[in-house]
Amino acid sequence: MQVITHPRHATNVGKAERIASIIGGSALALAGLRKRTPGGIALAALGAAVIERGATGHCRMYEALGIDTAEKGQGAETTSLPYPVGIRLDRAITVSRQRQEVYRFWRDLQNLPRFMKHLESVQVLDERRSHWVVSAPAGRKVEWDAVIHNEIENELLAWRSLENADVDNAGSVRFSDAPGGRGTEVRVELQYNPPAGIIGAVFAKLFGEEPTQQIEEDLRRFKQIMEAGEIPTTAGQPSGRDAKDEGTSRRTNPHEDDVQYASELSFPASDSPSWRG
Amino acid sequence: MKAVCWYGAHDVRVENVPEPKILSPRDAIVKISLTAICGSDLHLYNGYIPTMEKGDILGHEFMGEVVEVGTDVRSLKKGDRVVVPFTICCGRCFYCQRQLWSLCDNSNPNANLAEKLYGFSGAGLFGYSHLYGGFAGGQAEYARVPFADVGPLKITDGLSDEQVLFLSDILPTGFMAAENCNIMPGDTVAVWGCGPVGLLAQKSAWLLGAERVIAIDDVQERLNLARQHCQAETVDFSRVGDVIETLKELTGGRGPDACIDAVGMEAHGTAIDALYDRAKQAVHLETDRPHVLRQAIQACRKGGTVSIPGVYGGWIDKVPMGAAFAKGLTLKMGQTHAPRYMRPLLERIQRAELDTGFLISHRIPIEQAPTAYKQFNDKAEGWTKVVLNPS
Repeated sequence: MQVITHPRHATNVGKAERIASIIGGSALALAGLRKRTPGGIALAALGAAVIERGATGHCRMYEALGIDTAEKGQGAETTSLPYPVGIRLDRAITVSRQRQEVYRFWRDLQNLPRFMKHLESVQVLDERRSHWVVSAPAGRKVEWDAVIHNEIENELLAWRSLENADVDNAGSVRFSDAPGGRGTEVRVELQYNPPAGIIGAVFAKLFGEEPTQQIEEDLRRFKQIMEAGEIPTTAGQPSGRDAKDEGTSRRTNPHEDDVQYASELSFPASDSPSWRG
Repeated sequence: MKAVCWYGAHDVRVENVPEPKILSPRDAIVKISLTAICGSDLHLYNGYIPTMEKGDILGHEFMGEVVEVGTDVRSLKKGDRVVVPFTICCGRCFYCQRQLWSLCDNSNPNANLAEKLYGFSGAGLFGYSHLYGGFAGGQAEYARVPFADVGPLKITDGLSDEQVLFLSDILPTGFMAAENCNIMPGDTVAVWGCGPVGLLAQKSAWLLGAERVIAIDDVQERLNLARQHCQAETVDFSRVGDVIETLKELTGGRGPDACIDAVGMEAHGTAIDALYDRAKQAVHLETDRPHVLRQAIQACRKGGTVSIPGVYGGWIDKVPMGAAFAKGLTLKMGQTHAPRYMRPLLERIQRAELDTGFLISHRIPIEQAPTAYKQFNDKAEGWTKVVLNPS
């Protein structure tokens, strides 16, 4: 088991791939900038990240997954996904709780569906293996077996899907002390490789639009459970929408991911906010 | 139950809606005995706060009797009489633990929305737009209070509802505005705005040791309240030529040691910059009118403090940052950390050091809320502070 402790400057991306990253990242960034929409900006940002990966030769996702495609690299035996395809995400949050407590909650994989929105269940098969079920629209399910291939108590968990998974995927979560008694920094990195065909389409629909935001929301729920003991909600509270003479049909949660809609509705004096792109 | 609902700018209605239920283990349901309309509700009424939805229940100043508690609430029981702070706080995050209650990490279900606008999300608030969580407010017969084991303050002795209701928001807000001034012996505090928060900031400035308090407004009866109840010297900005020069003169050429902007995003003024803001706001090029903020920064003495309890929601233009920088000013602002102040202020009320009863101009049944909103918004003669009786 190898843990890279000073990974920032370590090269773990091969030369050909670095060149490809710079070219591909530039194309992404340009395409994103042309769109002039929030999605376009996200695309441009992704492009910038890919360019950086090419320029520095360091990929944080590879690091987390124990992947190294640099020519003299090691650790190829922990590679869980056929390089270089797939979607990679990373996100961090600080939880105002002791590291051991935060780690313990996450290590009990059956807790994950409590805060991961699309995850229906995780069944623990043994100390390292588990069975994951993601619920998808129209009653579909996406399933796979996963194995924890790297574990350092209170510091790191890394897992990847086993053969015959509906969707090849891998992830890691790192736990470190935040400074000054601020609790625990939790860093999640995920990678998945949607296949062609119907499962790929379903998966893309689930995670396709704003996957980073979904991870962010999952982590926020994790923090809320750890700190506040519950996830704040207003679902089920009264409003004038339920008034007896108001029978209009409405979207259930119009603000879920729609700042612009809300802003245009009730921001009559808007100064062309920056997030409009 | 009856509830005051928002339907658009200048359109609030009293509707018959379902009663709230316990939704989470740390909830309580409060049967409201008294509630109020806040000056900041007028920003909603005028449509300046983004992300309101038709039908949202308004109100964030309320108190009443606990009628139901969730399974995890141990500090409250049925029958307790409580004042509920307008901030919803989990009590366990980094911010709550440091008494920065209005910045709670965990109480806004729409945190992602606030993050897109502001970078990070503050606490959820009652009845104050979906940006702040979309929680149903307290201008109603009942309210659901999340994290009820943290915020609500029990009132056990013989104080009347009217004596303690304003612990929910405007009294802590006025007090924090004054506390943010870091008042030292000999200090003169100038307060723009003689609405309820401005008046309570003036009172609080005295309690915190101010030497002089100067109040600025153009509504005669409010200036009268400042003189009579808050011992303030007053400046009518519609009569003096130049507020900044007037303040300079009143302070022997030094300028006020601290300036409080108790007006916020909908400032009125007669100066050229106020007209500029009106024009820009009218054509949607600016969201807020920071006329008062500009004056406060300009008027404040070197090394002084500008304290901002007035609400801002979006973008402002022509803030004299150069003046703030050149004079080494301290700017302090934000939603009030209400729970930090509720108990100490209750004790001051009990010791008769503070009385907020002079603010209340109207006691009316909740059915008349739409009229009250209009009159309060128009600053109609005599409308200083409205309390609503829900039953």
